[in-house]
Amino acid sequence: MTDSILLPVVSLRVIAPAAVLAVTGFVLMLLDLLPPRQRREHMAFVGLAGVAAALVATVLLWGSEESGFQGMVVLDNFTLFLTLVIGYATGLVLLLSIDYLQRLGMETGEFYILVLFAATGMVVMAGANDLIVVFLGLETMSLALYVLAGIFRTRIEAGEASMKYFLLGAFASGFFLYGIALIYGATGSTNFNKIGAAVAAGAARDPLLLIGFGLLLVGFGFKISAVPFHMWTADVYEGAPTSVTAFIATGSKAAAFAALVRVLLVALRPLQGEWAWLFWGLAVLSMTLGNVVAIAQQNLKRMLAYSSIAHVGYMLVGIVAGGSFGNGGVLFYLLVYTFTTAGAFGVILLLERGGEEAVRIGDTAGLAARHPLAALALSVFLLSLVGIPPTAGFVGKFYLFGAAIRSGYIWLAVIGVLNSAVAAYYYLRVIVSMYMREPEGTPTVLAPSFAGALALVVALWGVIQLGIMPAPIFDLAQSAVLPLLR
Amino acid sequence: MRAVLSAVTFLPVVGAALIFVLPRRWEGMVKVTALATSIVTFAVSVPLFTRFDASLSAYQFVEQRAWMPTLGVSYHLGVDGISLLLVLLTTFLMPLVLLSSWHSIERRWKEFAITMLLLETGMLGVFVALDLFLFYVFWEAMLIPMYLIIGIWGGPNRVYAAVKFVLYTLFGSLLMLVAILALYFLHGAATGAYTFDLPVLVRYVLPAGRAQNLMFLAFALAFAIKVPMWPFHTWLPDAHTEAPTPGSVILAGVLLKMGTYGFLRFCLPLFPQATMTFAPWMFALAVIGIIYGAWVSTVQADMKKLVAYSSVSHLGFVVLGLFTLNPQGMVGAIIQMVNHGLSTGALFLIVGMLYERRHTRLIADYGGLWSVVPALSVIFLIVTLSSIGLPGLNGFVGEFLILVGAFQVHRPAAVLATTGIIFAAVYLLWMYQRVIFGEVTHEENRRLPDLSLREWVILVPVLVFIVWIGVYPVAFTGKTEASVQALITQVQTKAAATAAMASR
Repeated sequence: MTDSILLPVVSLRVIAPAAVLAVTGFVLMLLDLLPPRQRREHMAFVGLAGVAAALVATVLLWGSEESGFQGMVVLDNFTLFLTLVIGYATGLVLLLSIDYLQRLGMETGEFYILVLFAATGMVVMAGANDLIVVFLGLETMSLALYVLAGIFRTRIEAGEASMKYFLLGAFASGFFLYGIALIYGATGSTNFNKIGAAVAAGAARDPLLLIGFGLLLVGFGFKISAVPFHMWTADVYEGAPTSVTAFIATGSKAAAFAALVRVLLVALRPLQGEWAWLFWGLAVLSMTLGNVVAIAQQNLKRMLAYSSIAHVGYMLVGIVAGGSFGNGGVLFYLLVYTFTTAGAFGVILLLERGGEEAVRIGDTAGLAARHPLAALALSVFLLSLVGIPPTAGFVGKFYLFGAAIRSGYIWLAVIGVLNSAVAAYYYLRVIVSMYMREPEGTPTVLAPSFAGALALVVALWGVIQLGIMPAPIFDLAQSAVLPLLR
Repeated sequence: MRAVLSAVTFLPVVGAALIFVLPRRWEGMVKVTALATSIVTFAVSVPLFTRFDASLSAYQFVEQRAWMPTLGVSYHLGVDGISLLLVLLTTFLMPLVLLSSWHSIERRWKEFAITMLLLETGMLGVFVALDLFLFYVFWEAMLIPMYLIIGIWGGPNRVYAAVKFVLYTLFGSLLMLVAILALYFLHGAATGAYTFDLPVLVRYVLPAGRAQNLMFLAFALAFAIKVPMWPFHTWLPDAHTEAPTPGSVILAGVLLKMGTYGFLRFCLPLFPQATMTFAPWMFALAVIGIIYGAWVSTVQADMKKLVAYSSVSHLGFVVLGLFTLNPQGMVGAIIQMVNHGLSTGALFLIVGMLYERRHTRLIADYGGLWSVVPALSVIFLIVTLSSIGLPGLNGFVGEFLILVGAFQVHRPAAVLATTGIIFAAVYLLWMYQRVIFGEVTHEENRRLPDLSLREWVILVPVLVFIVWIGVYPVAFTGKTEASVQALITQVQTKAAATAAMASR
């Protein structure tokens, strides 16, 4: 009698979108070896095709509820919704990068490869149902992003950005891993469902678990750049190539939020009463510090960095509020934020003066007279960040604060809206500069870029569409969190 | 006629879209398109008035379609006696304002026309929306065009004024958003129906107490900033002084009414108990506003600033009237909103015309204009008298009704408010005297041209209504009475029901 070798049943369907992205990444690696050596934009198009295929797979898989790899990865609407967000972010970043990299003479094949691998890591995080898989996804994403942040290797700021991001990121990963170890020690598993069962059965009082959870939180806090784990944000956003900044601001945040929400809802729901207050504090700190410090910024990228911290605060409000409304609000907001932020960075990266990037607020002076459409687009994105209707940003905040009020966190909502009023000041400053000031010295111009314009049109469409007709997408977002709330 | 309100509200957007595709160098075409759009909008809105059934208190020309069904948000429009006149005021003023911009706006006409038309849609939307979400969308969306109008086409200190305007308004309205959401969830929890539909929410009797008071205050703050009531008025003089003439006219004529309209449409029926609790405070603020605005007006050297502060005073009357909660006071308040739109709008137009001629707004730079520009002087006089409240002209009707209403409920407030009328005579007539009468003190003023045909066309329609409302106000007040009566009944029954709930 011979023991038959049990082959594990591998269902690739469960990881189809991630697999498509990964395969596209490998194809790009091969393509990179082929001529023509000078121009690499065909790689961007192949990458875009891969992203499009991943998006198509996501849409086709909508409604599935299955898990694979011994329950380590799940494919549900939550995964799929975030895959859509990440897919959009990746697509926009690729479009924005093509002419941008060429213009600055920094186009390399690695760029596109790394973007695809980072996206793969993000999608893996979205579907992870096991702390180890979260970590795998996190590291895949982060390693690619560390390199991307410093890919303009001749620039000093790029080195600083990359180094800072890497060091602090590695540190955070250490916390994360240590947290996983402690949680494993407390509950005997790294699987979310099993941790959840153990917590419900009484492991909640185990200090090991609480410390482990705290360490995990530090890791997440770093990745979503919530205060007080935000220190790296402004420097990295400033130093990284602008399209990479857009990617860090949108895709990596969406992925980290995905994993965070799943950990909280599946593994730690019995402790909701405790962690809700923790996130209450993080939300208030992030919103307030982000907005207040953003007022003082003169550099657009730094301003958007602090603004992104504030927006993380708003999204944490949704997590505090909980339920399908609050968490659905977070998912919806991630999508809104992706379109809006990618759009805003998209306009900024087209600005140049004498072949150099122009990223100070003063550089936008008089833009409305020179490039009315670009100024209009940037204004719409900024107004969406403020949360003025009928843009998507308004609807997003409406859902988040609505969820907070519904759950009884009135004061959190009040602090949130007051923060929005503060935020209006610095966003409007850019609009003031574009429409109401005259440029000093050589005026900046907009680099012509078809791909960039296309990306902006897509982002604008998203911001307007989600602002005027948010209902279908919000319903999707709400239904996407239902599997987690069962 | 099914979608007449949608047509009125969104016609300006269509016009703006048309202008958007016109090339920039066809400036004449841009101007004509903008003007034509506003005239057509007005024409389409006139049947609202003629076909409005004054005997009904219910909303008319109602349109309702699902928008976000899972949230209970619908696209719900309608007018009643409270909003009807304001809608018409808006559509009526817009063509005049565009005409007044013909030469005074010197650059970026294309953007200007688009912004003005979008602003018109925002204002009309505020007045016709019957869904709190939809209302809030229009309320906020309207901020941006106004911000641009002040900030791009305004005076030297325009950026400061524009940002101040937005931040003030945003601050108030965001707290209102929290209150809207709180009301939504309270209503949903109590009745099981989650909806932003105003007519439905109005039927819900909120328990008396802290929640109702806080929600009232959140709404009231947003509206008080918009009105503006003392002490939330400090953005107004800046905004008015820096705004270009068309911006000032729209600001005074329509925008400020959105605040007083908000009180009538939302605060009173939604929070009747709190309304009663806070009415004395509102009286106090209104009276302070009336007197303070008048005193500060008196000492202004700049005509535009003078008219701006006079708005604080005049709007104080409106707030006083609408918190009397009796038919005279409230009908007076509504008609006074229209009056203020016409009179103060006309004053800003005239100041703008003087400014176009002399490029100064200082009273001291004028004097003796009667002999130079007689026609302008006569019209200026009529408008000034209407703003003071001379019987036979429109201002009298509104102020008289408001004071009649106020005397019934709060005599000291009424007495103090009456002094506001005297002060109005002081500051307006004194300004008029210094600008128009006497000898010509500045040589430059000797050769000023009198009204052009375009300026006649702008001013005469306003004069017609100033006289018409003054002589035969029933044509206008008649449209409002049924709705006002219904509103009062509603507030009283709801307040009684709240009290009954509390005593149980």
